[in-house]
Amino acid sequence: MSRTGEQIIISGVGGQGILFVTRLLAEAAIQKGLPVLTSETHGMAQRGGTVVSHFKVGQFTSPLIRPGQADGFLALKAENVAAHGNFLRTGGWAVVNHGSRETASTATFPLPGGADCNAIDADALAVRISNPKSVNLIMLGFALAKVPDLFCSVADIQAVLEHRLADKPEMRQAAVAALNSGHAQAAVPC
Amino acid sequence: MKTRELMMGNEAIAYGLLENGCKMATSYPGTPASEILSSIAMFQQRHGLTLHSQWAINEKVALEIAYAGAISGLRAAVSMKQVGLNVASDPLMSAAYMGTKAGFVIISADDPGPHSSQTEQDSRLMAMMAKIPVLDPDGPAMAKEMTGMAFALSEAFHIPVMLRPTTRVCHSRQDIETGPLTSSDAKPDFQKDPSRWAATPKFRFQLHREVEDKLDAIAAWEETAPVRRNPDIDGKRAIVTSGVAAAHVFEILTDLDLLATLPLYQVRQPFPLHRDFLDHLVRDYDEILVIEETEPVIEMQLADRSRVRGRMSGNVPRAGELLPETIENILRKFAALDPLPAEVPAAPGRRPTLCAGCPHRASFFAIKKAARKGIYTSDIGCYTLGLNLKAVDTVLCMGAAISQAAGFYHAYKHQEKPPDIVATMGDSTFFHAGVPALIDAVVQKVGFVLVILDNRTTAMTGGQPTPMTGLGATGEPLNTVDIAALVRGCGVTFCRTGDPYHYDDFLALMKEAVAWSRTGEGPAVVISRHPCLLDRKKSGERKPARVAVNDNCDACGYCVQQFECPALVMDEGAEAVRVDRMLCSGCAVCVHVCPKGSLEEVFE
Repeated sequence: MSRTGEQIIISGVGGQGILFVTRLLAEAAIQKGLPVLTSETHGMAQRGGTVVSHFKVGQFTSPLIRPGQADGFLALKAENVAAHGNFLRTGGWAVVNHGSRETASTATFPLPGGADCNAIDADALAVRISNPKSVNLIMLGFALAKVPDLFCSVADIQAVLEHRLADKPEMRQAAVAALNSGHAQAAVPC
Repeated sequence: MKTRELMMGNEAIAYGLLENGCKMATSYPGTPASEILSSIAMFQQRHGLTLHSQWAINEKVALEIAYAGAISGLRAAVSMKQVGLNVASDPLMSAAYMGTKAGFVIISADDPGPHSSQTEQDSRLMAMMAKIPVLDPDGPAMAKEMTGMAFALSEAFHIPVMLRPTTRVCHSRQDIETGPLTSSDAKPDFQKDPSRWAATPKFRFQLHREVEDKLDAIAAWEETAPVRRNPDIDGKRAIVTSGVAAAHVFEILTDLDLLATLPLYQVRQPFPLHRDFLDHLVRDYDEILVIEETEPVIEMQLADRSRVRGRMSGNVPRAGELLPETIENILRKFAALDPLPAEVPAAPGRRPTLCAGCPHRASFFAIKKAARKGIYTSDIGCYTLGLNLKAVDTVLCMGAAISQAAGFYHAYKHQEKPPDIVATMGDSTFFHAGVPALIDAVVQKVGFVLVILDNRTTAMTGGQPTPMTGLGATGEPLNTVDIAALVRGCGVTFCRTGDPYHYDDFLALMKEAVAWSRTGEGPAVVISRHPCLLDRKKSGERKPARVAVNDNCDACGYCVQQFECPALVMDEGAEAVRVDRMLCSGCAVCVHVCPKGSLEEVFE
């Protein structure tokens, strides 16, 4: 392929905050002066159904990623690996919330192609930090720590969060804490 | 000062309309168009702009209000989803003949897939039928640019103009350059001209001739002509594309290194197609591949069928969204490249469901108990998901739950034992299209129960106000219309309100209503009132209960199948159901569901 860029699939179920994570990544891209395109699921599927966001930073014109072309895959539910794992290219990275709700430990998780990827029980960690709705930010923080050479860093995302939630100090603090707890969890050995 | 901002396609359309001096904007919510009007209202507040923006009761009313603004000399826009345009088609057809004074833009958002709609219909065919030009953007940035193009085109030819985005345009986000927004200083100046604005059939004939002349001239208007994306190359086989398909095609041709061999045209105005372009295509190419969504609108206008490849020749699938992987295979075949390796079909994923604690779930459970083996007609909204509870048998279109209930009643009324009929309809849908159907049912003495699921909002599309809310698009205070008073005004004598969270009382009310519907006096109406859980302002008033599973549970699965709450989970091989604390809203309606009493409220 002649162009440069990064394509990421973010997958989960309606209500998990997939749109929010996609938006944070997109705003981080804009802060860096990079062109960005995303595509989102709205409407009926948002009521607890499977939802997916396509995120593309770089020289693209289509808002959608083709199967086998994604550089990265962020699954906010383990079951979504079966639904959207096919987007990942050979050698791409994946980060999965295995959500067994038993421990907050990290682990590995099998992908459709046979490779293993990094996994974390973000559900348990979210409960542990008393912010059950923060699975999305924990996963993003975890991915930013585990995946080398992403277009943005956890500090970039934190800056976007601080700007977006500038007038909501409590939400801002909780969001940044969730992001950082996911990030810190990456240092825990499997 | 220009800056780059992340904008959803619908926000970009809103911004473009306001940058171009739109003074009246109306809409009825519907995916994927809903965020257009809410973004207009947001920008209006943020930038202190003077204009009229409103959620209308339905799309027909929305179009008529905006149109009056346009013929008064103010730039106006109306936005809706594609099936909304069906509702607004009556004024659309007529307005096309009468024309406009200031720019009038009709935004009809299509939903190939379909992702959140009843049909995959192509609004460009509606533009063709109405005889108005239509613009087809390929992404948020072009959608914004086309708002200005649409106003200019509309004013150059005094004709309404359609802007037709699709889901992937509406719900994509892109970095977009934005300039400052200022209020337009246009003043209304309605010029009376009865032979146009109130034309009788004799004048309509004249207006029809005018429209045909306008379309001929628009088919030669340079500003909206197709764009050649690779002007420097020659070839005898060309690709013609439009809409978001053009964005996919360009990227895929780049990846496949085909941009240097296949001439590529992007059509911005699929109807009327530019005359010179049509002539050029059939004169200069041996083979022309057309890739567009959802119907063959460009393709049909190309007369020489032997050279055209597309939907009608079987090269492009006739139904479904044109996903980039589908397009890649079409392009590979056209370029004689090997097809992509066959995809292993991905797992289907999780179906949508009513939220844990949704008041509709409680209503549906009571309906099934009160009218066993009944016919359950329903309608468009979150509550369509009553399907999962087997409490929804029909969903046709906005407002049809009442008329279909009437139809079933009349179909069965001469039978010895006609079934009970229960219609469910949301509050916003009732205002939108339910009222005339209810009056008809009263007059015809139709025996059925209408349950108006009143959650105080238009939930599915993001919580827009209803006529009962008393707030406008920018949050400004408005009047309210009371549903119960409206129902009684329609002539209904049995009209009662209940809260489905008070399950025992609500079930008793439902049973009473079903009994009354059998008396032959006409419809019984139950207003099932409980605020939507997603509406944080209203739903936060109640302390959540804690539900536990006791030893009576034998994992029979009744609650999971009949109540289908996402917070009640039956793990594979489990010996009892469990409550998922992350999902449970604490409504405690489920304690009424288990026939063995194994779900109970615990008090700490």
